[in-house]
Amino acid sequence: MENLEQIRDRLLARFPAAQVAIVVNPGSAAEHSLLLDPASAPEIARFLRDDPMLQLDYCSNVTGVDWPEKEITDIVKKSVPDPAGGPDKVVEEKTKRLQPGYLEAVYHLYSMARKHGSVILRLRTGNRSDLVTLPSLTPVWRSADFQEREIFDLYGIVFAGHPDLRRLLMWDEFKDHPMRKDYVAPDDFEWEPTPHGDVHERAKAHYPAPPPAASTPTPEAKP
Amino acid sequence: MSDTPAPPPFTPFPAAGNISDAEREDLRRHGILLTSLEELYGWGRSNSIWPLQFGLACCAIEMIAAATARFDIARFGAEIFRPSPRQADLMIVSGTVTKKMAPQVVRLWNQMPEPKYCIAMGACAISGGPFKQGYNVLKGIDRFIPVDIYIPGCPPRPEALLHGLTQLQEKIRAERVSGPQAARHLQPDAASEFPVPDYGAHDLQPPSNPALFTAPVLPRKA
Amino acid sequence: MSLFPANSGPTVRAVHDEFHGDLLEVSMGPQHPSTHGVFRMVVTLDGEQIVKLKPVFGYLHRNHEKIAENTSYLSSMPYTDRLDYLCSMTTNWAYALAVEKLSGQAVPDRAQYLRIIMAELTRLVNHSCLVGFLFNDLGTSFTPLLYAFREREKILDLFESLSGSRMMCNYQRFGGCRVDPSPEWLAAASALVDNFPRFLDEYETMLTGNEILLARTQGVGRLAAAHAINAGITGPVLRASGVDYDLRKVDGTGFYPRFEFRVPLGAHGDTYDRYMMRILEMRESVKILQQAFKTLPAGPIMDPKAKLRGFRPKAGEAYGRLESPKGELGFYLISDGSPNPWRYRVRPPSLINLTLLEEMCLGHTIADAVVILGSIDIVLGEVDR
Repeated sequence: MENLEQIRDRLLARFPAAQVAIVVNPGSAAEHSLLLDPASAPEIARFLRDDPMLQLDYCSNVTGVDWPEKEITDIVKKSVPDPAGGPDKVVEEKTKRLQPGYLEAVYHLYSMARKHGSVILRLRTGNRSDLVTLPSLTPVWRSADFQEREIFDLYGIVFAGHPDLRRLLMWDEFKDHPMRKDYVAPDDFEWEPTPHGDVHERAKAHYPAPPPAASTPTPEAKP
Repeated sequence: MSDTPAPPPFTPFPAAGNISDAEREDLRRHGILLTSLEELYGWGRSNSIWPLQFGLACCAIEMIAAATARFDIARFGAEIFRPSPRQADLMIVSGTVTKKMAPQVVRLWNQMPEPKYCIAMGACAISGGPFKQGYNVLKGIDRFIPVDIYIPGCPPRPEALLHGLTQLQEKIRAERVSGPQAARHLQPDAASEFPVPDYGAHDLQPPSNPALFTAPVLPRKA
Repeated sequence: MSLFPANSGPTVRAVHDEFHGDLLEVSMGPQHPSTHGVFRMVVTLDGEQIVKLKPVFGYLHRNHEKIAENTSYLSSMPYTDRLDYLCSMTTNWAYALAVEKLSGQAVPDRAQYLRIIMAELTRLVNHSCLVGFLFNDLGTSFTPLLYAFREREKILDLFESLSGSRMMCNYQRFGGCRVDPSPEWLAAASALVDNFPRFLDEYETMLTGNEILLARTQGVGRLAAAHAINAGITGPVLRASGVDYDLRKVDGTGFYPRFEFRVPLGAHGDTYDRYMMRILEMRESVKILQQAFKTLPAGPIMDPKAKLRGFRPKAGEAYGRLESPKGELGFYLISDGSPNPWRYRVRPPSLINLTLLEEMCLGHTIADAVVILGSIDIVLGEVDR
């Protein structure tokens, strides 16, 4: 199979209006991916599926990823000349910037005809609140059907052009998107029979406060 | 409460109380079987429990294994798994009850005729188990329906299910047919059907049945 | 909160369709003896024929992915047992495979062999039980399942003596396996595998030529290869449609290229082919197992550099996939360098194999839909996760 740079170059030559970038995976798996702009994603997807050299006819895995806003501190080292005439001082300048959050849909493509893979596509939304529409790739690969519905359910990405976009796992009346990182689960840990760990911490909020030490000691306190 | 004298211990059949167990055993050896209707009723019911064929998760596979040749739940008269709740006596809640599933479980329980019993099989059905931290997991089915027997384990072995079943049989045999200590289904004011929770915007509405479930108070140690 | 809430709804209601006229909508499940768990389908019938079928999921959605993102990599291993609770050894391996890909760990030879042994034993358990369940759906109440569970118990005894648990083995680790089997264990397992073809012969004598099976499954629920590929269907269901795609061959997962086995392929893509695929795959698994017991090397079972506590792979992502008995089971992990995965995703073969359930059932009766669903082989723990 061609490498990712060759695929990107061919895509850019074929679709001059499209934006295709390579997202580098620094891990040891080194599975790099192609970041597509949402507008041209469906036609690129169709091209990847039908291109005789690639024939990526099998879309294996479709998943959502939540990247909330995060504050990044850039540290720039600057050398400041010493007014007293000594050697230059190195001063660290910290600038904080807010990296905007976004939701991401990741598609893993393989070819059953040519038995190669994988090519990974990524689509990103504008933000996490109102610009959450991405084009659906279900018309290209039917296997994305349930998986895009699941992403819609759990992450809240709206897939335009999906034939049947409803919640997949949670009930229809449910309002939240529970796989997002800022989702707060309902507080129903009233009781924990064998307290331990994080669950214990959450259940403890419901326990009554310990009785004052001066009053009658609790039976557990006795040796 | 302390002003009123304690009621005398309840004896269902005072006449039968005159014969001791040893005397009854002696009579049995001479070919005279002496029993009470209550005992006969409990004996018959306890040995013909028809469970609901109703699997939720992993524990359901062990429930099926308990019904197969090696463990053979038929030895205890409980092999007739009925697919319809209308024909079942026992609901084995075998597996994780999710919040999406909880209303259907309560509906099934309401559809079962009295007398009916419930076994919470596995850690998930008891308290949420390993999936307790899940947003869609009900932290124990006893928040919505009354549970008679709890079987811990993840999943419990088929032997554990059989043990739970024999415990339930003992419970059934000990039930009285009349008087203030009569079985739950014979008391006219005991609830048989329970409200089905609704799907809410963030959680089930209500998250538990307050008439049935109050969280046990654990003293918090400093 | 009421005794008859609006959301529960009737299980059968009349609907009207401009094209078909008066139809009947039947809600099957989530409590139904032949939906293999808490699966629900809303079936619309024209007379007895199915004109529409909508699956409803989520009744066993127990938030595996969310829990895994809030805990360390190793603590998710027991949860993977409970994904596909019939094949815990394979799900363990698939997860270990993805983490090893993420962290770049090596696996010793003996562990690779042991993984294949466990995976193929699991395949025997899964396929023999599936055939039993399929016959349950066909109406032979329980008898074939009793035979299947008899064999399953033998294999589960092996798993239990090795890992300590019958179903939830929690056996694989990142960089190897947890327990080294004793020579006695290997001898017992090898004897079991040598006897397994006799069980298969018995099973096939009883089932394969059965008139009811032929009448009820041949030509029922046809699936064309092109549709199956486009819908991402994998595993025996795909191969029954004649597509030669087995990850054991394609990816050469683990040490599978060292073994000689064939990939059985179907020709019609109907329910009968899907049934035969399971029987033939079990025979191939026996071959793999016999080779593995003969050539199992000595040596360590854990990579000495493997680190289980305080395991933090460096930032990056990996998608590891494995041919589980149900199809392509994949784990997609994103690490941000912390002890917990940033994103943990399971690619469930059972869920995606259901994509074409409606198309396969159209024009058939409800009784056939039950059989078609049974031949797809789903486990709800994996469908809903």
